[in-house]
Amino acid sequence: MTSYVPVDTVGVASATPDEKQPWAELGLKDDEYQRIREILGRRPTQSELAMYSIMWSEHCSYKSSKVHLRQFGQKNPRTPRLLAGIGENAGVVAIDENIAVTFKVESHNHPSYVEPKQGAATGVGGIIRDIIAMGARPIAVMDSLRFGAIDHPDTARVLPGVVDGIGHYGNCVGLPNIGGETYFDPCYQGNPLVNALSVGVMPRSRLQSMQASGTGNVVILLGAKTGRDGIGGVSVLASATFSESGEDDARPSVQVGDPFTEKLLIEVCLELFDAQLVVGVQDLGGAGLTCALSETAAAGDGGMHVDLELVPLRAKGMEPHDILASESQERMLLIVDPAKAEEVLARAHRWGLLATAIGTVTDTGRLVVDFHGQTVVDVPPKSLADEGPVYNRPLAEPNDLGLIAVDRAETLPRPATDEEIRQTVLDMAASPNLCDKSWITEQYDSSVFGNTVLGTPHDAGVVRLDERTGVGIAISLDGNGRFARLDPYHGAQLALAEAYRNVAVTGATPIAVSDCLNFGSPEDPHVMWQFERAVTGIADGCQKLGIPVTGGNVSFYNQTGREAIHPTPVIGVLGVIEDVARRIPLGLGRTGDTIALIGTTEEELSGSEWAAVKHGHLGGVPPKVDLDHEMKLADLLSRLAETEQLAAAHDLSEGGLAQALVEAISFSGMGAQILLPEGADPFTYLFSESSGRVLVVIPRGQELAVRSACESRGLPITPLGVADANTDGLHLRDHFDLSRDEIDAAFKGRIGARLGE
Amino acid sequence: MARVVVDVMLKSEILDPQGEAVLGALPRLGVTDVSSVRIGKRVEIEFDENARNVEEQSRVIADQLLANPVIESFAISIEGA
Repeated sequence: MTSYVPVDTVGVASATPDEKQPWAELGLKDDEYQRIREILGRRPTQSELAMYSIMWSEHCSYKSSKVHLRQFGQKNPRTPRLLAGIGENAGVVAIDENIAVTFKVESHNHPSYVEPKQGAATGVGGIIRDIIAMGARPIAVMDSLRFGAIDHPDTARVLPGVVDGIGHYGNCVGLPNIGGETYFDPCYQGNPLVNALSVGVMPRSRLQSMQASGTGNVVILLGAKTGRDGIGGVSVLASATFSESGEDDARPSVQVGDPFTEKLLIEVCLELFDAQLVVGVQDLGGAGLTCALSETAAAGDGGMHVDLELVPLRAKGMEPHDILASESQERMLLIVDPAKAEEVLARAHRWGLLATAIGTVTDTGRLVVDFHGQTVVDVPPKSLADEGPVYNRPLAEPNDLGLIAVDRAETLPRPATDEEIRQTVLDMAASPNLCDKSWITEQYDSSVFGNTVLGTPHDAGVVRLDERTGVGIAISLDGNGRFARLDPYHGAQLALAEAYRNVAVTGATPIAVSDCLNFGSPEDPHVMWQFERAVTGIADGCQKLGIPVTGGNVSFYNQTGREAIHPTPVIGVLGVIEDVARRIPLGLGRTGDTIALIGTTEEELSGSEWAAVKHGHLGGVPPKVDLDHEMKLADLLSRLAETEQLAAAHDLSEGGLAQALVEAISFSGMGAQILLPEGADPFTYLFSESSGRVLVVIPRGQELAVRSACESRGLPITPLGVADANTDGLHLRDHFDLSRDEIDAAFKGRIGARLGE
Repeated sequence: MARVVVDVMLKSEILDPQGEAVLGALPRLGVTDVSSVRIGKRVEIEFDENARNVEEQSRVIADQLLANPVIESFAISIEGA
């Protein structure tokens, strides 16, 4: 028995102007609703209301961030490498005259809290589709994760689920996970951050467009069926008939993905692109068909007509606004010349994927959606995609910032004796943020495709692009919420500098940036101030470094009650390396190699891991950032990689020199004999988090060449000691020894143990 | 002795990739008149003879361990005592 469901059509809407509509429940403001009525000259239908509420949401419209994000476009350095930038599904940069890469980082924070495994998995799936939509073959993924305190019971629910989800999706779809970061801080307790990055490679000629152009072209929906995934948001529009049906789980807010369908989607799309069968393409992400239809129509020059009943459905009784809002995974929208439509459908079928023509490109300038012959949507597409509300929200410096700035970690009590410092090295190595993350990264396939040159725990992931030339890319993903809390402008630049340096440390030359900006509520002027400062910091920093921001995303409302997370800009930097055979790994080289430190160590402990672990302290001003210095350092490292004059290198960041030595020793299986420079305070030298420093290992006979390369660039280099296979662990002359067993016992196996596994 | 059977199924609106895969394989067997396949799990629990609050305890087990209530539902049946 099929019950008749009345549909709210354009005709009905015109005839019933006074019908009460749940715009407030859908998150629209009074004036926003009035503007929709003005645009349409009538009240919106339910489907139109659903579409506007989705497209004008913070998530889709960037209404609070837009005015600040403009800085990226204004300050971005001009580079011939940039083939597609902000506003596209992902930024595309040229590697050489033939190859381009595309990469992007995106958040999936809230879904990963509700259902950690599926939330994180669909986050990975979503970012992979952005890469496909640009015409590229995805070749790797990475992730930046932040959880609450490691010993909080909810972390034991969220972390294993998130890691399981990332591993499940990435491993099944067959992409190597080449790195990322995992941090713990109580501020992320009720609001973990799951930021996923994907990178893809393509011949430059395969770059795709999202434009729905060419009147008469066919609109094809490719991939999975459409179900009631993630339509919780528009559930207030449910007709009475449906809500009374008694099914309590009819409106899930959770989406479940299928990586095997995604794999087919990759292969079908690439085949269609190569055969030049596609005019335009757009992935279906967070806002489903609503977003894909309005963005492709708005990017084109005409309009679009869609017959919604043609969309293959997984669930019964779906209403038009359900179909439009559904966030079912693994779907893409294609714009195809009608003469080629049949071939597109046939090729999709051959791969076992559904493909359905659901509409056509028109010249009406309107996006018209019919459902069983009744018009339920008739709107100008640009009003949905491009002309949403823009807010210049009030900004206010947080009141406590002045107080926090004078509460410096440099004044905290420090370990005084050698024995106390020795114990501090071990305690720090065992702390949640610094300890070995193998428990997490072992769950990911890091080498599928056979092109991964460096994966975790190296400073950056390095992937080979071309076997003949050896050209490759390096990517690092970094953020530091504590530094950004102390000073969002410089905190964001410190994250940028670290990601830039991590890429440079492998010998690659940084060329482009993608950022994921995780903040609290934009309606809080303090949060908005932090956001503005961080964006300005990144834009100024990228201008200085000469590398453009190519895209990314903004995630607002990361807060529990009124408590916002630390402002957490996560920066992805991509670099190119001419020959991956010359990359610089983490480690200690060979016995007799010189260990040296490039950069200057100052007394900078505020915001440091030591202050957090030993004192639960967050105050003072973060370490200074010097981007001129970073550029010189990157230039030096890429030069030394080319001439093969470094055996190993490692960026100094959280935990300072002590942690860098622990990691190098633990990873390499070698020992290190270290003598601190004369007059250096051992505690400061070991634990300061001064920026712009790299631990390098110089092969015998190259010391003078490396020193002169540093000096000619004005970079200070300090010899610290030698690598030695016969030294057991760390020998810090005149101070203490740490055996390898002690180091490994502290550093390894912590995550699993703390999670009770 | 109480024997409890817990059936755990994905909620009806949640995508079941495993079920879809089976559905997709059926035509190869010549079976063409199936419209949906959903896969769940069946868990058999045997309580001690003098166990008390069997239903209540089963519910705790199912809710907190066997099923993920965000995406799955469960049904409990108690067979004999």
